[in-house]
Amino acid sequence: MGAARDWTRATAAQMAAAMKAGEVTSVELTQAHLDRIAAVDGDVHAFLHVNAEGALATAREVDEARAAGEELPPLAGVPIAVKDVLVTQGMPTTAGSRILEGWEPPYDATVTRKIRENRMPILGKTNMDEFAMGSSTEHSGYGPTRNPWDLERIPGGSGGGSSASLAAWEAPLAIGSDTGGSIRQPASVTGTVGVKPTYGGVSRYGAIALASSLDQLGPCARTVEDAAYLHEVMGGHDPMDATSLDEPVPSCVDAARQGREGDLAGVRVGVIKELSGDGYQAGVEQRFEEGLEKLKALGAEVVEVSCPSFDYALAAYYLILPSEASSNLAKFDSVRFGLRVEKSTVEKTMGATRAEGFGDEVKRRIILGTYALSAGYYDAYYGSAQKVRTLIQRDFAAAFEQADVLVSPTTPTTPFKIGERIDDPLAMYLNDVATIPANLAGIPGMSLPSGIAPEDGLPVGFQILAPAHEDARLYRIGAALEKALHDDWGGALAAQAPELEVAP
Amino acid sequence: MTTMTYEQAMEQFDPVFGIEVHVELNTATKMFCGCANEFGAEPNTQVCPVCLGLPGSMPVTNQKAVESAIRLGLSLGCSIRESSRFARKNYFYPDLAKDYQISQYDEPTCFEGSLDVVLDDGEVVTVGIERAHMEEDAGKNTHKGGTGGIQGADYSLVDYNRGGVPLVEIVTKPITGMGARTAEVARAYVATIRDIVKALGISDGRMEQGSVRADVNLSLRPRAVAGESQDDVPFGKRSETKNVNSLRAIERAIHHEAARQAGLLLAGQPVIQETRHWHEDTGSTTPGRSKEEAEDYRYFPEPDLLPVEPSRAWVEELRGTIPEHPAKMRARLKEEWGFSDTDIRDAVNADALSLIADTVAAGAAPQAARKWWMGELARTANDREVALASLPVTPAQVAELQGLVDAGTINDKLARQALEGVLAGEGSPREVVESRGLEVVSDDSALEAAVDEALAAQPDVLAKIQDGKVQAAGAIVGAVMKATRGQADAGRVREIILQRAGVEG
Repeated sequence: MGAARDWTRATAAQMAAAMKAGEVTSVELTQAHLDRIAAVDGDVHAFLHVNAEGALATAREVDEARAAGEELPPLAGVPIAVKDVLVTQGMPTTAGSRILEGWEPPYDATVTRKIRENRMPILGKTNMDEFAMGSSTEHSGYGPTRNPWDLERIPGGSGGGSSASLAAWEAPLAIGSDTGGSIRQPASVTGTVGVKPTYGGVSRYGAIALASSLDQLGPCARTVEDAAYLHEVMGGHDPMDATSLDEPVPSCVDAARQGREGDLAGVRVGVIKELSGDGYQAGVEQRFEEGLEKLKALGAEVVEVSCPSFDYALAAYYLILPSEASSNLAKFDSVRFGLRVEKSTVEKTMGATRAEGFGDEVKRRIILGTYALSAGYYDAYYGSAQKVRTLIQRDFAAAFEQADVLVSPTTPTTPFKIGERIDDPLAMYLNDVATIPANLAGIPGMSLPSGIAPEDGLPVGFQILAPAHEDARLYRIGAALEKALHDDWGGALAAQAPELEVAP
Repeated sequence: MTTMTYEQAMEQFDPVFGIEVHVELNTATKMFCGCANEFGAEPNTQVCPVCLGLPGSMPVTNQKAVESAIRLGLSLGCSIRESSRFARKNYFYPDLAKDYQISQYDEPTCFEGSLDVVLDDGEVVTVGIERAHMEEDAGKNTHKGGTGGIQGADYSLVDYNRGGVPLVEIVTKPITGMGARTAEVARAYVATIRDIVKALGISDGRMEQGSVRADVNLSLRPRAVAGESQDDVPFGKRSETKNVNSLRAIERAIHHEAARQAGLLLAGQPVIQETRHWHEDTGSTTPGRSKEEAEDYRYFPEPDLLPVEPSRAWVEELRGTIPEHPAKMRARLKEEWGFSDTDIRDAVNADALSLIADTVAAGAAPQAARKWWMGELARTANDREVALASLPVTPAQVAELQGLVDAGTINDKLARQALEGVLAGEGSPREVVESRGLEVVSDDSALEAAVDEALAAQPDVLAKIQDGKVQAAGAIVGAVMKATRGQADAGRVREIILQRAGVEG
């Protein structure tokens, strides 16, 4: 027998099966990931908090339950990383902001509760742009996360920590939140998989709100099948979230299984005309085209669709998001929790606390949103943006008449260098041009790796969008494409990432 | 500034007023979370992540509060909107946990109604209702030390128990043409709202606990000159006097504000459009923040909640639960029962009207029912410091008790003992009468024996009676009642005494 198997390289599904077969224990899996975090996270900085003892305690309980012959949920014992946007009792929660430094929530988010009920050891809380505002994790109050493919580059954002933890083999699964692409864009630039479910498909209760009408929690993984398993753990109606859909969780795992059979005959795939051309990197377009060829080879019919209102999506998004955020972030006022910078009056204390606790990007968006909602400007800004939103929804409705799913590159470019766009907010915002429309319309979207851009050797993401409530379609098409690509690559794309230096 | 009286002000100017009433609903839980909605608990014991506005928490609309709001709206003759969104009213204040209040802004669930208000002399004034909308209450700040105000206190305490308590805010249209009766109309309007919410059972209607609070808007405009219609004279600048929390204070606040504004106007000084605070001790108002520098609340639709969309069928079902207008019910009952104005008013003030009505419905005579509820039971409730309705006795039991009196089974004194037993949980009036052996002694031979015994013990009294001093028989009646532990029919005892003494009654 050679060296012991490195379980961190396995998929979540493989880990679950191996535990069931008695080949490995949850404690061994969890410890392997904790060791990996200790070895590489000094460089990657995917985690803001590592929950070693808590994770191992859960793992031990799962192992004991399994030994006692207890019936366990499918992902029981599989460790997971949780984006720091989700409140977790017994672990600090900061949403990447200094204003919440040291805050331990007295309650669990619904998704946190589901993770615990499914008996998945929580490895820790992952880094993110402050309050999920950003596309690079550079806006974290605790320093940037680095892309495991190239430590000089951004891992995407806001969920750069979750995606980087997957790409760095620090966790097999992670939770993300997607307001304008914060799950899909990091997945794209780290060569991993990320899914934004239909709005309302996963409870938002306990997810620190950025823009309530756009936010959606979703699964992050290295394979479509793993994401499907996690999606089913997270999803479902929650009476604590009034906007949560009262309908059954989509059958994501079955759909992924069906997709892997490789038959897409009769499936119409619409290519969104507006999400290509100017601003799209050559290697990104090349890998996207190859993905389309794969889909055709599997029997899908590829058509072109037009969504003319997408031209206004970014502008509308940057009115709606800051408006809602300016209100959602008002509660960080020093009165009940988090940072307090004491001054002579309550107003001065609130002001000083917010001045010190919030970063520049957060302040920028609060000011933008406060202005957009002001009396006299509301109709011109927030009101107009909502109209654009309706137009985008109509564009999608028309496009879905012609196609079962819509596709595009997830991001126009491969990951840029840390610091490259930090002083140019508009360039930063453009990163999300292809992902934002789905949030404005509330529809589900997935990003999966479609290869490496020849010019820079960095990963490229392929985005699939489906009509609202049709999340399962993403998994069927995604799994079919993934299998075809894996057959070419000889395994997951993440395996092609350069090996990280391991701390002694 | 010229000093004016209210009456002088009303002679010189035409008053225009409007009232905003906040009604705290008595739902079991708060507007957007499952915390208990109860007055008077220890500070910060009825709180959760939602009403504390903790990061990540989300509101869920209390359907019972929606039901209460719709029933109130229907009682005010309002139309019920098919779909209404909540909005966020954004402002910073320590007692506002989320730093925004969830309220209805441009889409109130109840709108365009009217309410008949009956004045003391029977005149009916119809008040236009602009809207009745739902919102959540804020917590409560207490400023300690220093000036006692938020800016100058040594420290401040915040109690979030009230944060998130469901409110309905009822806004009138401008009320014009009331002249010197303005204060009276304002008072009667708020009293009617209070009576309605109590009759609906959606609020305890306790103004002293803040469960019904009023803000009074008042402005004065010049009287129309000859040939001009008063309606064509534009409204003057208004003041909004906040938190006027008793019926008497509403009248006083209007008296004060009318006189103050008239004094300014006559002196050629402007009335400033502003919020004013009411001071109960001095009967005066002082300026709050001025509307010119009012905050911009940046209202926008609350994205965390779905719109309130009551089905037509449900609204119609709720319409069927609307009780009679309290003033109309009072007039009807007064007529049917033959009560005096005082009888009715006392019963209303004691919250006894529906109890009396139910007792009458169960078979008791109206005056008898009134006597029990306003007498013995009111005293007991007062002693126990509980509401009349929460005494452990039902209107049906009171009617049963009175039935026993009417049948001669027990007398009034025994009935009070029986009631005491009922209140002590010993069972129904009939059961208590039986178990305590309270029936009156109607067996003549037993009474005769008792009378003979008493007469023998007091021969001097017997002599007096026989001497024609019939009123002396009272002493013997008393002795017999004592001997029979009150269970004798006093009238019959008297007859027997006179018989035995050989005197005609």
